[in-house]
Amino acid sequence: MEPRQAPLKELWSHLRETPRRFKESAFRSGPPVTDRARSEFVFNNLFLHIHPVRVHRWSLRWRTTWGLGVAVTAAFLLTLITGVLLMLYYKPYPDVAYQSIKDIHYVVPTGRFIRNIHRWAANLMVVTVFLHMARVFYTGAYRYPREFNWLVGLGLLVLTLGLSFTGYLLPWDQLAYWAITIGANIAQSPRELTDALGITPYFDPGGWMKTLLLGGPEVGDESLIRFYVLHVAVLPLALVVLMGVHFWRIRKDGGLARPEDADALLGPPRDLYPVFTDAPTKTYHLAAIVRGRSPAVNRGPENTIPSMPHLFYAECAVFMLTVFLTVLAAIFWNAPLKEIANPAVPENPAKAPWYFLGVQELVSHSAFMGGAGIPLIVIVGLGLIPFLDRETEGTGRWFGGPGGQRLVLVSAVFGLLSVIAIEAFAIQFGWLRQWFPDIPQLIITFVNPGTLLVVVYAIFSLGIVHRYRSARAGAVALFTCFLCGFVVLTIIGVHFRGPNWGFYWSPADWPKH
Amino acid sequence: MKDDHTTVPSRLAPEPVPRRDFLGLSALGAFVSALFLAFLGIIRLPRVVVSASPSRKFRVKLPESLQPGEPFVPPGRNVVLFRDSEGVYAISLVCTHLGCIVKPSPNGFECPCHGSRFAPDGHVIGGPAPKPLPWLAVSLEGNEVWVDGNVIVQPGTKARG
Repeated sequence: MEPRQAPLKELWSHLRETPRRFKESAFRSGPPVTDRARSEFVFNNLFLHIHPVRVHRWSLRWRTTWGLGVAVTAAFLLTLITGVLLMLYYKPYPDVAYQSIKDIHYVVPTGRFIRNIHRWAANLMVVTVFLHMARVFYTGAYRYPREFNWLVGLGLLVLTLGLSFTGYLLPWDQLAYWAITIGANIAQSPRELTDALGITPYFDPGGWMKTLLLGGPEVGDESLIRFYVLHVAVLPLALVVLMGVHFWRIRKDGGLARPEDADALLGPPRDLYPVFTDAPTKTYHLAAIVRGRSPAVNRGPENTIPSMPHLFYAECAVFMLTVFLTVLAAIFWNAPLKEIANPAVPENPAKAPWYFLGVQELVSHSAFMGGAGIPLIVIVGLGLIPFLDRETEGTGRWFGGPGGQRLVLVSAVFGLLSVIAIEAFAIQFGWLRQWFPDIPQLIITFVNPGTLLVVVYAIFSLGIVHRYRSARAGAVALFTCFLCGFVVLTIIGVHFRGPNWGFYWSPADWPKH
Repeated sequence: MKDDHTTVPSRLAPEPVPRRDFLGLSALGAFVSALFLAFLGIIRLPRVVVSASPSRKFRVKLPESLQPGEPFVPPGRNVVLFRDSEGVYAISLVCTHLGCIVKPSPNGFECPCHGSRFAPDGHVIGGPAPKPLPWLAVSLEGNEVWVDGNVIVQPGTKARG
């Protein structure tokens, strides 16, 4: 036993060692220079251990994912940070909400910049969520064993759109007021059905939902508080929880989807450190491969590389790019703010933000089917895809499966032509109400350009299933049609609709007031 | 103990509802119903009981110069008033589609949000609106008009002074 130092001297030397001891106690492992230390770097860290210790080289190729999932997460983090900052000044009462946004815009230092970042990060999140979903779909990554994670992803899509919707209501400008009115009436739109059946006085789910959402029969103080609570507490919490499940399932489902022959395709690794530079006490690396569908017999983990640094550096790169693009947009474009809400006069045209204009176009055909029915059919249809497609061909490859790229092209052409044809017909010749003024509403609810489009897409996809004898081919057809329909309806809503939701070739043709 | 081995429960041929399962199911049922009751209790709070919205009954004086068929919208109200030889009548301006405020036009009413169009008497002539614009109860009191936004009347109901 060493002789004890004098108490004060000992205290002094402990104090001097404190920074080093603090670092050791916080990080617990040494610098990540050996594979073992790199493993410990990941699983000794609460924030990193959601990552695998080793990651397959296929997952790290840019064209496997284009980093879209990380971009969504980065955009969400940006909205989270800027959102908390905006909460310091925003006041959720109709009398002062608009003024507080004006204050943020014109008085608060950097307020406008922060609000711009919040707005553009939210927009970027919507875009990247859709692109991420398309990536997962076209690489067949939703298949066994990842069906459940596809459903979690759908939930995240809905929450993202919900956050966007509740978010643009808060400034209490014209856009907010009329969007809240329209949104609440879409919630009430099951009445279109119950009215037609004559059961509204006894069974009124529409009215019940609207009142719950608005906190009263009309848009008022209560409504703004409710949407505020949804926007800053309920929906973000739900989103964070589902995101946790989403990430965790990626690990538990065996990492990112890759083709069975990914190892052969990639060839032997080059420019890599040896697998072990330090004798491991535990074979932690096995945890990264035992969950795969085939045991790693007769082949080592040579196509996996340590997450530290390869995966983390890639994630940081995507994160920085997202921040860069958002900040760039925030410098050059201001987040819109319209006139203060006027309950007597809606804007003409009253347009939602771009990502809801496709739905607004559908709603202009039927409130119930456009606002509730068709979105529900799309969500259920997307959710069913991984349970109907149980094939394995082409998993992990872009446009993998029967038909391949050609089928995507054919479906895109069909999807574009049918949505344009149906819309052009409705714009040129009107619809049932103009021809038969006394037609029952129930018929228009179920037979309108929107539902017709859904039926055309469904028949086309069933035909493709029959022709290719493959559910995957049908899914590719349906998803491609859905994307085309979404894009075309959105473009029509953004560019070709003018006052009174009339058709105009260009906003320059709008009549002057 | 029963001798008949076919009735002896086993893992492969269990009793229809073994006693233990029955207790388990009851416990599960109690748990689920407790959760459901808790949910009902939670919903009681956000459910609207008292709603403070402005009165929809109001009094207005029509301008002397109002011509037959000329719309008059009282400031701050979503109602349009007309006066013709048969009397005074009021039509709601809230679109029956999704609640935007329609604008009186020479041919009737037009909705800026989703393009519904209504005839001068409120019935739908185009667009997605499922129902005609409702006519509201009016009564005359001297040279003032009372409009009750809570009472919907048959189209064509006009008040004579």
